[in-house]
Amino acid sequence: MTDRRTVILARISQALGHAAAADAPAVLQRVNDHARGPQPQWAEAPRERFLAKLAKVAGTHAELASEAEIVGAVADYLAAQTLPQRLCVAPHPLLADVVWPQGWQVAHRRAQGDDRIGLAVAFCGIAETGSLMLLSGPDSPTSLNFLPDDFICLLPEDRIVPRMEDAWALLRAERGSLPRATNIITGPSRTADVEQTIQLGAHGPRRLHVLLKGGRHA
Amino acid sequence: MKPTSAAFSDNARRALHDATLQQALAKAGVGFVEKRRAALSDLPEFAALREAGREIKDHTLANLDHYLLRFEQQVQASGGEVHWVDTPAEACAAVLDICTRAGAKRVAKGKSMVGEEIAINDALEAAGLDVVETDLGEYIIQIAHEPPSHIIAPAVHKTRQQIADLFENLHHQPDLTRPLETVPQIVDEARQILRDTFLSADVGITGANFLIAETGSTVIVTNEGNGDLSATLPRVHIVLASIEKVVPTLEDASVLLRLLARSATGQEITSYTTFFTGPRRGEDVDGPEQFHVILVDNGRSRMLGGAYHEMLRCIRCGACLNHCPVYSAVGGHAYGWVYPGPMGAVLTPLMVGLDEGRPLPNASTLCGRCEEVCPMSIPLPQLLREHRRQEFERKLAPPRSRWALAVWAFSAQRPRLYRWASRLGSLLLNKSSRGRGRFRSLPFAEGWTAARDLPAPQGDTFMAQWQRRKPHD
Amino acid sequence: MRVALFVTCLVDLFRPSVGFASVRLLERLGAEVVVPPEQTCCGQPAYNNGDFETARAIARQVIAAFDGFDHVVVPSGSCAGMLVRHYPELFRDEPETLARAQALAARTRELSAFLAESGGEPAIDGTFSGKVAMHDSCSARRELGIVDAPRALLGRLAGVESVELKEAETCCGFGGTFCVKYPDISARMVTDKAEAVIASGADVLVSGDLGCLMNIAGRLSRMDSRVRVYHLAELLAGMTSGPAIGEAEKP
Repeated sequence: MTDRRTVILARISQALGHAAAADAPAVLQRVNDHARGPQPQWAEAPRERFLAKLAKVAGTHAELASEAEIVGAVADYLAAQTLPQRLCVAPHPLLADVVWPQGWQVAHRRAQGDDRIGLAVAFCGIAETGSLMLLSGPDSPTSLNFLPDDFICLLPEDRIVPRMEDAWALLRAERGSLPRATNIITGPSRTADVEQTIQLGAHGPRRLHVLLKGGRHA
Repeated sequence: MKPTSAAFSDNARRALHDATLQQALAKAGVGFVEKRRAALSDLPEFAALREAGREIKDHTLANLDHYLLRFEQQVQASGGEVHWVDTPAEACAAVLDICTRAGAKRVAKGKSMVGEEIAINDALEAAGLDVVETDLGEYIIQIAHEPPSHIIAPAVHKTRQQIADLFENLHHQPDLTRPLETVPQIVDEARQILRDTFLSADVGITGANFLIAETGSTVIVTNEGNGDLSATLPRVHIVLASIEKVVPTLEDASVLLRLLARSATGQEITSYTTFFTGPRRGEDVDGPEQFHVILVDNGRSRMLGGAYHEMLRCIRCGACLNHCPVYSAVGGHAYGWVYPGPMGAVLTPLMVGLDEGRPLPNASTLCGRCEEVCPMSIPLPQLLREHRRQEFERKLAPPRSRWALAVWAFSAQRPRLYRWASRLGSLLLNKSSRGRGRFRSLPFAEGWTAARDLPAPQGDTFMAQWQRRKPHD
Repeated sequence: MRVALFVTCLVDLFRPSVGFASVRLLERLGAEVVVPPEQTCCGQPAYNNGDFETARAIARQVIAAFDGFDHVVVPSGSCAGMLVRHYPELFRDEPETLARAQALAARTRELSAFLAESGGEPAIDGTFSGKVAMHDSCSARRELGIVDAPRALLGRLAGVESVELKEAETCCGFGGTFCVKYPDISARMVTDKAEAVIASGADVLVSGDLGCLMNIAGRLSRMDSRVRVYHLAELLAGMTSGPAIGEAEKP
């Protein structure tokens, strides 16, 4: 296929009237500048905006004062949804110290086909759209975000950034590069493929529940 | 898929008389339009974003070779492979080669219009692989053995009842176990059936809405989550992407994402927007071991810098289909190939040839609504006219219409002859209307009079009456 | 003020009264109206069928015939759009003609836009009693951005109750030669439009474009509707005593 690469690139370069170069000055400048396009504006504080947008896409939430309330919040959710006390939990530092009640089945691993409930931690929240950003890694298996019927996601309140561009800036500052999968999740899975009627829970989670944790990010 | 675009007129007539199809189309059309309208009215910055989006695409296309190289470098740096292919056959061969080397038996497929363009399913099935479309709409048309009729809602032409019947026949023989009437029941049925596909597939194939040169990422936007499952659970992830999908940075993608979701479904953002960057990393506990990007040209590099250059800005949102009165009347299948509606009428003749695709650019009133709603400001009517210019130059139109146009053109360039002829025509037509003011039928005008009366001329032409009036004024 | 009237081929052939209504409105504004005899058609049939050479030849003829006037007025959004938007496009690669095409484009207005721009609203001073629906041609609406002008002018007519059509932005299905090349699709589109007209409860349908009007009037007539169809200019000039479009001559 190498020759195809040459042929296609040559055709493009000829049409554009220059020689192909990955480090062409215009390109280098553009990819290093990270210039932002027009930024949508709104009046609410990031947290209020986030919650309003989350509700608009059928996401639910509970407010937590600290990590200590995680168990209670999850228990409340399971009870409200009449779900079994069987969780698949991301091996994330923020969840490592949580002491789950006796009798609960809690696995810290990637998700499997029969996992009903997944719990993970968002890298950040995006206020503009009420979205969660999750980064794949040993502490955040991507399968957890998609396989379970119920996806519960912990989001420290001080990790809500205004816009997607702010999330990229945070990602570059804290991680330097993108992980294998960067998931921007906005509400539960949905489809409108049957007569344009919106139905939640197509292939991914049927419900998305955010645990919004106040206090400082550990 | 073998195109039937040349038979557009027949396809369209059949579609207009297909009551079930008309029922499905009527349900879909207004919804898309209203949702987009509401989404735009909620975002005062949309016009500015549209300008910015156009600049991003124009800049990238003007440096396309640079950005593709940059993208390739970054994919390789993150442990992935890039395969450049020129034709659909080469693209299929590249995918098949990866599958064969991976010892794959089952392929979970996410929605990809490039996949439709290169007919990847046919190629993989011919090689004995089990390919399952996992987007609900794509799954429906796969089991119905039909092509998509819309670029973002592939099964928009199917009614709930038709879908229920398809599922019942395929999943439930010989005996029905689960009820299949409501939308939730149908969606749940697909969820249960396709779950096994995700878990057992060896290879996942997805498309790409954008490629990010800065990071070597490929982006998909979905609502169902099927694309993410296809890209996460199988051992191998193959991305089918055409070369014009590349954009410079994550910030640039952010601009286009705001435009795409609103224009497509009226959402602010889809449920899932995912950036894939290479295969599973060292300590990852899930994700594919291999990450391949198939960069498909298929005629695009030849569009660059030419008459159809601006079409390369297209982000496949489907707004032009949703707002097209012709698409709304006949649906996507009438267009006879992969891409329907205004964007399809531009692309199809370029990809399958003008001889085959000739009717499509003509099947438009050039009403301009497509250009008006296009988030990338693509001058679609002008591009359709450009096809008509090529058609005229190559004398592809039927002789009768070419001859009529030539006679008209001859007289329109000779004002005296024209005035004489139009006067004769108006007087004759007026006389033969016998004061009824209209014709119910008229020889040589059956196309018009089949469905509507032809108003008769009032009498003498304006020019003749004006000549008479002037001296007395 | 010398105003050249571009009559349009459809008005010339089918409905001269639209031309005379336009003249009356322009004269009420105090304009001296000239009808250059060297005009035939704007060239759209050639342009939209891909015969750009013929379109250019006709455009040159129009550019020459309408040289030297203060304003060029067209009682059609479609033909005005051709002069304003597409002539410059046609001469992209011919700088000299391009300059002349641009000059013509700058002086050319669709009738209702011209009347609104030139403070012509007081010149509309008639009465008409009934519900009137305005259909915007796609060219007027999208190529020229004319939506408010005709409605403002209609508002000057005492007794007019304006009604809006559902799906007003949707094409009526005329599309020049489209309606005969794809008669089935065109028929479907004009049926939808005619049904919207009937549903609006309008007594009268007007538009600035005779192509759309003949199409919609023809369909309304076939559906035995009693909605009467006039060109906007006829209503504004008070010239509605004669038969509406497609209507029988009165005995």
